[in-house]
Amino acid sequence: MNLKERQWVIGSILLIMTLIFLGRLAQLQLAPGPWRDYAARLTEEREIIDAARGMILDRNSEIFMTNIASYDITFVPRQGKLAGGFDTSDLSGVLQMSQKQLKENIQKADDYASYRPSAIRKQIPAEEYAKASGELWRFPGLQTKRRAIRTNPSGMASQILGEYRETDREDLLSGIGYELGDYKGKSGIELHYENSLRGHRGVKYHIVDVRNDFREPLSDGQLDTLPIPGSDIMLTLDLELQSYGEHLMQGKRGAIVAIEPSTGEILTIVSAPTFATDLLTGLERGRHYDSLLRDPSKPLFNRTVRATYRPGSIFKMIQGLIALDEGVIHPESRIVCNRNIIGCHGQHSFDNLQEAIVHSCNPYFHEVMKRMVQSGKSENIFKDASEGLSRWTPRIKQFGLGTNLGGILPGLRSGSVPDTALYDRMYGTKRWAYSTIYSISIGEGELLTTPVHMANLAAIMANRGWYRTPHSVLDVGGKGKPEHLDSLVHTGVSDYAFGPIVNAMQTVIESAQGTGRKARVPGITVCGKTGTVQDGERQTHSVFMAFAPRDNPQIALSVYVENAGSGGDWAAPIASLIIEKYLTGEVTQSAKEQLILSATYPFPEH
Amino acid sequence: MRRRTSILQRLDWVSIILVGLLMIWGWMNIASATAGAEPVDWLNWESKQGKQLIWIGVSVLLAVIVLNIEGEFFIRTSILHYTVNLVLLLLVLAIGKKVGGARSWFGFGSFSIQPSEFAKVSTALLLAWLLSRSDGKLRNMKTLLQSIAIVGIPAALILLQPDAGTVIVFGGFIFALYREGLSGNVLIAGFCGLIVTIASILTGAPSVSYPFIGEASAIWVFWFILVLMGGLIWQLTPQLIVPRKRRKVRNVTLLSFAAALILSSGIHTGLEHVLKQHHKERIHVLFGMDVSNPDADYNIRHAKAAIGSGGLAGKGFLQGPMTAYGFVPEQETDFIFCTVGEEWGFLGGLMTLALLTTLLFRLLVLAERQRSNFTRIYAYGVTSILFMHYLINIGMVLGLAPVIGIPLPFMSAGGSSLMGFTLLIFILLRLDAERFSVLR
Repeated sequence: MNLKERQWVIGSILLIMTLIFLGRLAQLQLAPGPWRDYAARLTEEREIIDAARGMILDRNSEIFMTNIASYDITFVPRQGKLAGGFDTSDLSGVLQMSQKQLKENIQKADDYASYRPSAIRKQIPAEEYAKASGELWRFPGLQTKRRAIRTNPSGMASQILGEYRETDREDLLSGIGYELGDYKGKSGIELHYENSLRGHRGVKYHIVDVRNDFREPLSDGQLDTLPIPGSDIMLTLDLELQSYGEHLMQGKRGAIVAIEPSTGEILTIVSAPTFATDLLTGLERGRHYDSLLRDPSKPLFNRTVRATYRPGSIFKMIQGLIALDEGVIHPESRIVCNRNIIGCHGQHSFDNLQEAIVHSCNPYFHEVMKRMVQSGKSENIFKDASEGLSRWTPRIKQFGLGTNLGGILPGLRSGSVPDTALYDRMYGTKRWAYSTIYSISIGEGELLTTPVHMANLAAIMANRGWYRTPHSVLDVGGKGKPEHLDSLVHTGVSDYAFGPIVNAMQTVIESAQGTGRKARVPGITVCGKTGTVQDGERQTHSVFMAFAPRDNPQIALSVYVENAGSGGDWAAPIASLIIEKYLTGEVTQSAKEQLILSATYPFPEH
Repeated sequence: MRRRTSILQRLDWVSIILVGLLMIWGWMNIASATAGAEPVDWLNWESKQGKQLIWIGVSVLLAVIVLNIEGEFFIRTSILHYTVNLVLLLLVLAIGKKVGGARSWFGFGSFSIQPSEFAKVSTALLLAWLLSRSDGKLRNMKTLLQSIAIVGIPAALILLQPDAGTVIVFGGFIFALYREGLSGNVLIAGFCGLIVTIASILTGAPSVSYPFIGEASAIWVFWFILVLMGGLIWQLTPQLIVPRKRRKVRNVTLLSFAAALILSSGIHTGLEHVLKQHHKERIHVLFGMDVSNPDADYNIRHAKAAIGSGGLAGKGFLQGPMTAYGFVPEQETDFIFCTVGEEWGFLGGLMTLALLTTLLFRLLVLAERQRSNFTRIYAYGVTSILFMHYLINIGMVLGLAPVIGIPLPFMSAGGSSLMGFTLLIFILLRLDAERFSVLR
């Protein structure tokens, strides 16, 4: 080959390389590929602007739950490295945490994403942050993120308000838009009204530099959205009454539930012992939760809705009401107190209905229920009892017992009202008669109710035959009470039947020998009924339910004090103090109050 | 006066306009890469684009001076130039300023000079001088060895700095030698050597489980295939080749496969035992091999993201966030093409490649129209050097060549390289303008 022709070889090499470069350039820039997304991931950053979570207020707009500022310290590992790192022992001093913990957190941040901020110290309160903030500039890669934390300044009603804490795996996978590190309501009102409380977060898009610092808005901010704050939830609870109730129940185990009878609004719902709400919102949650969980008095257990007790003597009022309505007795029907059939107490022998309730006469109600269940309509006593009971059970359930009361109170247990199916399972079909199951006639046996059911029963008595479903929410975001909360339920018992029962309830309080005389309130006519409930070998539970005043009742309530003795001794005076506090706004019975406050679990044997 | 006018008329204005466009185009992109989010402060002499503007001014001055010097001067003083440059290369090893691990710079206050950029000029001149005085066919061994020495001595000094990129650029003189008669087999051998090198790198890292031996590098498979192929050709020679040539073919086969094995084992040993970890990683990144260090491909990943996100028309002048916010290291120097890619898109890239390629082809045309052997050989030297810069720099930013830091001609920020390229081209343009008046 002529040497001059070699210019074509060299020219060809130049041409081929240029064509290769053009092809590669087209491949990178014109073909669909990962590079555009990758560049966007490097240069664009999404900033979440948290929406203020709605507050939870009491019925008078007093604060139950609110938000206060706290600060998370975040760290961008790459930024720290580029600037040459820093002394971790120095930083651990500034942040007031152990160096070991700090190093662990930094390592975690590095493992997660080296160019993104991860929290290395969370929830620093505002005062502490003010002290540390002057020092933070010395540590490259550190950033501060302001974050609202949830707090309940009064510490009251913890079990009802529920927990607000970091989302778990399940929440992140739920597809409702939670991200790692978000907080949400996990129980109680916080969970039930999460969607209203939460609001909508805002998003700001930024262009960032190589150190991940925000430099300018992306697309002039056209993609940005503003946060929409969450709605406030107003509860039916009265914070002052709630506080007083929790104060009275200090050192005891039990429950107080108070309802406004005309509306079904729950005024106070105390489960004792309780705990300060903030114990479970702070950083020490895990430790506090463990110790609360191990506490033998079960402070995490919401007795008002989760604990089921036998109703005891209080149940006799329902028996009386149904018997009157069924026509098996009339108010003046007298029955011999035959203590051979079933035990009784006190000086009486031949009571009418009102006296039988006041004396809590067991043989009377044994006979009353026998007339309803073992009516003799069928020859076979087993068939007869079965038919009788299947008429009886639905009537009891009309009082809300054995039902979940519309299912609107989170966690409410139904309790138990026995039916034929239950006894068929226990003893076998046609293997039981009234003589087998009679203990339910006096509120023992297979009957179980919660304190809420009992308070609702008091409201039924106050209303003479109907109730509105007990509920705890008054307003959501200024839009009023959510629908379906307070549906009206009638027990089906005509109101004339309530005359002798309510008279009896008044006598229980006002008669000199009345078991509920400690429930008296100066100047107010209180109607009530004591209950003394067996708890195996242990001291009996002290139970009381009442409403007041007798005419145009404003409050209906149930009080449970576990293993405290008779209903008249402990539950009745507590009810008296609550009623006085709510109706008059003050407590005049200081001796009674002192006695209650000084009493603690375990109660002395009588 | 008349004489000067005639020089102006005979100048190759096509090359001058191309060079001018590349300088302005580079300067605009340097400004964008420097400015960040701030509005460009065009005449701020402290900024990178301000300094580049000064260097452009200096280069224009240099070009004017060069154009006013008789071509004969460069021919006669080529040995002097070369010697002075060797002294400077030795001096920089002794008293040079260390930047990024390489002692390549003389520092003068706020600016510095890189002698290796000027060594390219003097090497091209001396090589042209030597070859134009010999029979011009490069057939005798003595001329070949002298040529290799002329290129090799400065290259070796530069390797000591160490500046591997510039050494590779010196390898480009092989094109000039080829044009002057070096056997084409050398180019073919070089190409085969490249294939063997790539195969050795690719098979060197992964390990394979062999029967009886256990885990070992996959390169043994490659070596086995080489031996097998060599043996096969040896065996088939009697069937395929006329008897007269059999002996020669067998000897060539033996030699080339032996050379391939030696090269391959040399590269393998070098890669595994001599090169530092980050050099090895750079080579592995290039071949898309699994690299455990996530930062090893940081530069090239970001370079590709900047270019790839530009699309057809780019994000607009001064509108590229990767350019503005420092995502691509060395963006205004070696990686200036990333700014073009991000802000001007495929169209900008196409224009840049077109400018550079047109200049290179124009230089080839200039080379071939010379009557003077010296000018032709020098022109090939200039073209070879520019071509190597083009090849390695664009190949690097497009992820086709390893990350080797050498500037893109006339576009990358930096005074030494700009002045070096200016000298290279304008000496050629002066010689070219004299092409009718000389009879060499």
